[in-house]
Amino acid sequence: MKRETQHFTAVARLLHWLMAVLIVTMLFVGVGMVSTVSRLHDTLLALHRPLGIALLVLVVIRAGVRVTRGTPPLPADLPGWQRVGAKASHYALYAMMAAMPLIGWSMLSAGGYPVVLAPGVQLPPIAPHNVTLYAWLRAAHTWVALALYATVLLHFAAALFHALIRRDGVLASMARGEPRRRA
Amino acid sequence: MTRTTICMPCRLAAIAVAVGCAAAAFAWTAGWLTPKRLDAPHLIDTFETNYGVHPGYRRNHAKGLCVEGWFDSNGNGERVSRAAVFAPQQRTPVIGRFAIPGSNPSAPDASVPVRSFALLFKLADGEQWRTGMNSVPLFAVRTPREFYQQLVASKPDPATGKPDPAKLAAFNHAHPDTLPFRQWMATHTPSSSFANSRFYSINAFIATDAAGHARPVRWEVVPDTSYEPETAAQKAQPDFLSRDLDARLAAGPLRWHLILTVAAPGDPTDDATRQWPAARERIDAGTLVLQHASPQRIGQCRDVNYDPTVLPAGLAPSDDPLLAARSAAYAVSFNRRTREEATGAAAPAPSGQDSPP
Repeated sequence: MKRETQHFTAVARLLHWLMAVLIVTMLFVGVGMVSTVSRLHDTLLALHRPLGIALLVLVVIRAGVRVTRGTPPLPADLPGWQRVGAKASHYALYAMMAAMPLIGWSMLSAGGYPVVLAPGVQLPPIAPHNVTLYAWLRAAHTWVALALYATVLLHFAAALFHALIRRDGVLASMARGEPRRRA
Repeated sequence: MTRTTICMPCRLAAIAVAVGCAAAAFAWTAGWLTPKRLDAPHLIDTFETNYGVHPGYRRNHAKGLCVEGWFDSNGNGERVSRAAVFAPQQRTPVIGRFAIPGSNPSAPDASVPVRSFALLFKLADGEQWRTGMNSVPLFAVRTPREFYQQLVASKPDPATGKPDPAKLAAFNHAHPDTLPFRQWMATHTPSSSFANSRFYSINAFIATDAAGHARPVRWEVVPDTSYEPETAAQKAQPDFLSRDLDARLAAGPLRWHLILTVAAPGDPTDDATRQWPAARERIDAGTLVLQHASPQRIGQCRDVNYDPTVLPAGLAPSDDPLLAARSAAYAVSFNRRTREEATGAAAPAPSGQDSPP
């Protein structure tokens, strides 16, 4: 379809909702596993690494889809500051989605840990074994995670604001496809 | 229509509630809302409260030294585990660490009757096997909760600098699980050297062979050097263990046999306070050879977290509740001491001592 669409493409919507579920899961897994001393720690840790690498692959695909397929325009009457906020938060989300798995992978490399995705399946290190580097990356992994969750909450609040207050179809553009019926 | 009947403040409130719940769920998962919950930072905080902070050092087993060598597999281990480290004729480099329990990196060696030996096997394909072993085959407590309670009961009395015997006795009385450990300690004199000590995996693990059969195992390293008890003269030297090891290594490599003990059905895998019967199958999987030692401030072991749940394919954690707690707590200790290294808070290595500073 050549005409300017008001909705995200099906593949963009699929990637968005799949990654939304995985990223929120990942953030909860992350803060949970560093805290608990129960056997859940092992389970969550074993989940965290393959899920992180899956998200790295997905964000690369998603960035490609966004660049090639574009996005629907924001409502024309959206105030300037909200327009700027939307753009900035979307760039921030992409940046942090890509950064988190890379920080995690390089952090484990710098800490001298094997990057185990499944028994017998491990990734090569992408940083030298250096505990000073590890310490900074480990701190960054926490702070970027907190910033990511804060931005996700802001994004969630903005989506609800569009749906419940402005009622401008922005949430619908990601929630479902173009209606069949055309005037 | 319903849309128009819901008031604007109600809709704004609904958004606030939804976002607030999402934030609260995250905070709860992270443990921020439950400061009394027993979590990994809480455990390490308790070590720091009891024994102070020694920047740059492990929060427990702080005094130690690094060793290097290799493991020569004879192939027997393949009977229970498909881990590449057990392949016949396989030589795997190891980075090890001998230590004594406690948070004080300059504690006298004779101040504790237990020694520890940690190993990192660097497998050819990037896999690793890390293990932290003690010179006692069983552990005093079964669960992380009991470990925490024991730690609290062991808090040194500011007046004497030692734990309050009444509190320790009360803990032991309330926890009969500790009896086998205490009985073992009462009947075994610490050895005169790291080199003539046995070290045990404590926890059970699950070994899986090439055919997919899974069996619980424990392991131990048995020294070629014969046992001799710690002497009174040694007890007077605060660093006799590292001096002794240096002297022995100067004369030649030191060897241990790696023994895998296979559980029989019904043997407990979730209880480190209980040994398996002595009649269990024991597999001599090969020889561990150490040929070099260095102080921990400059040795390779300094930058290793000996997390016992870092395992190669063919070995996995059992349902022992201590294993996950060890992994979680060691990570907190590693994160704190590496941050101290990074920010320059770690103490520089003093000169004139061959013991780990």
